[in-house]
Amino acid sequence: MPILEGEGVTKYFGGLAAVSNVDFHVEQGEIVGLIGPNGAGKTTLFNLISAALVPKPGAIRFKDENITGLKPHKICRMGVARTFQEVKVFPNIPVLENVLLGSLFGTSPGMSSADAAREATELLEFVGLSAVRATPAKDLTLANQKRLEVARALATKPELLMLDELMAGLNPTEVAQAMELVTKIRDKGITIFMIEHVMKAIMSVCDRIMVLHHGEKIAEGTPEEIATSKTVIEVYLGE
Amino acid sequence: MDITTFTSKRFLVPGLIILILLVLLATLPLYAPAYTVILMASILMYIVLTVSWVIFSGPTGYISLASAAFFGVGIYTAAILGGELPLLIVVGIGGLASFCLALLVGALTLRLKGIYFAIFTFGLVMLLRYLVLWWEIKYTLTRGRFVIVVDNNTIYYVMLGIFVVLLITAYFIRRSKFGLALQSIGENEEAAAHTGINVTMVKVITFAISAFFMGTAGAIMATRWTYIDPYIAFNPLFSFMPVLMAIFGGMGQLYGPVIGAAIFSYLEEILLTEFPYYYMLIFGVIMVVAILYMPNGLVGLIQKWRKGDLGEKHANT
Repeated sequence: MPILEGEGVTKYFGGLAAVSNVDFHVEQGEIVGLIGPNGAGKTTLFNLISAALVPKPGAIRFKDENITGLKPHKICRMGVARTFQEVKVFPNIPVLENVLLGSLFGTSPGMSSADAAREATELLEFVGLSAVRATPAKDLTLANQKRLEVARALATKPELLMLDELMAGLNPTEVAQAMELVTKIRDKGITIFMIEHVMKAIMSVCDRIMVLHHGEKIAEGTPEEIATSKTVIEVYLGE
Repeated sequence: MDITTFTSKRFLVPGLIILILLVLLATLPLYAPAYTVILMASILMYIVLTVSWVIFSGPTGYISLASAAFFGVGIYTAAILGGELPLLIVVGIGGLASFCLALLVGALTLRLKGIYFAIFTFGLVMLLRYLVLWWEIKYTLTRGRFVIVVDNNTIYYVMLGIFVVLLITAYFIRRSKFGLALQSIGENEEAAAHTGINVTMVKVITFAISAFFMGTAGAIMATRWTYIDPYIAFNPLFSFMPVLMAIFGGMGQLYGPVIGAAIFSYLEEILLTEFPYYYMLIFGVIMVVAILYMPNGLVGLIQKWRKGDLGEKHANT
């Protein structure tokens, strides 16, 4: 049974179809990659799933339940967490409290403050930020801010985690660490849907890849299939 | 130096200061002249307006100019019900009426951001002013109303009571997970929503709590003014004063808006009596200097001073 399913998902910005009639599905326990050239509609699709935007027309189902048109906080509490392309940590709030917000508000049913604090501390350990727990988030490096975003998303106890360009702007060492983190999260039993431009990362980590171009899904398959697909090569390199 | 003495000292000293201040305030009418009591009541009124403004606008960064509307609703509650119900119930109803208005307005307008929200909330003050004016002239056939008179000490004690309840509320909001959620909304509203925070609800409820205290303050102040009309009740000055006082005091700490409002309103009183013709001018100059040289308000100044003090101690040892 797919954990996440989209049917004819479409979003127009004025006359421009940012996402156009896309069908997709993510199976329980998978790591699914979403790639495509700039402006292909990848982030818009993420925004549609996380309810920052509402598809029109189209329907999105999470665990067989229609979640189209729900509010973002509802989606989050149901078990879909996300990170952002341009990091959106709470800059003046200390690292631990950033994560704490996730466990206090993003879980359903909510937890007691003591449980939430324990959970947040464990997650900081998990992503490797224990040493900077009291630092305001704005003082972290980009790589650490991205880890913090992941920790905050994990604090909401998601079943599906959507990562929007986790590795953009990171150096090779940090990319390797981020890849390791992604597999560690999957090993926890969390399904992952990720947008990524770092091909090496996406090819080695993903079970399956979807390609968007001009808002339409043009290919889908295993990393090997995508790497050798004629349409995908045309889109990326030109004919 | 071990940690326990450090923490107990940290809470003991401010706790003691607050206790002494409260006792002094509570016994004020026993030893001070009537003028001081009246002056203190209006200083407390400004503190109540400023602190309740900061409860919402401080952490969220939504600049509300609706304070005068909520204050005015309290004033009109007292004018309408003053003679018919006990004073404390009138004050409570004044607060509740403002609370309900804020729920309604908040649900409609808190999707507006930045300057749009500020302008709309200011528009609310004007809307209510002329709506009430139209109503009074058309249906009650008068422009103003008389408010039942209450003696000065009672006004003072009710205001003090509102002030204490407000401070306790503000303190617990700051300390609670609700306060943390409010702050996260101010820092990045989108991220807050995707972290599971019901941003609309948190904003609207806080807006309404802040309006509640403004309404109670209006209801008790009306009894001192004895005559009110829409121009007095919905005076835009009560929208701008809390903002200025909060900036002057600094919003980083709870005591910031309190001392900001206290000093500012005392200053206003002095300037108004000493220099009735120039007081607005002097006021403006003080405000400009404050914004230029104390961007974080008095709180920022105090913190800088304390840090500098600590630094020197380190240097000596």
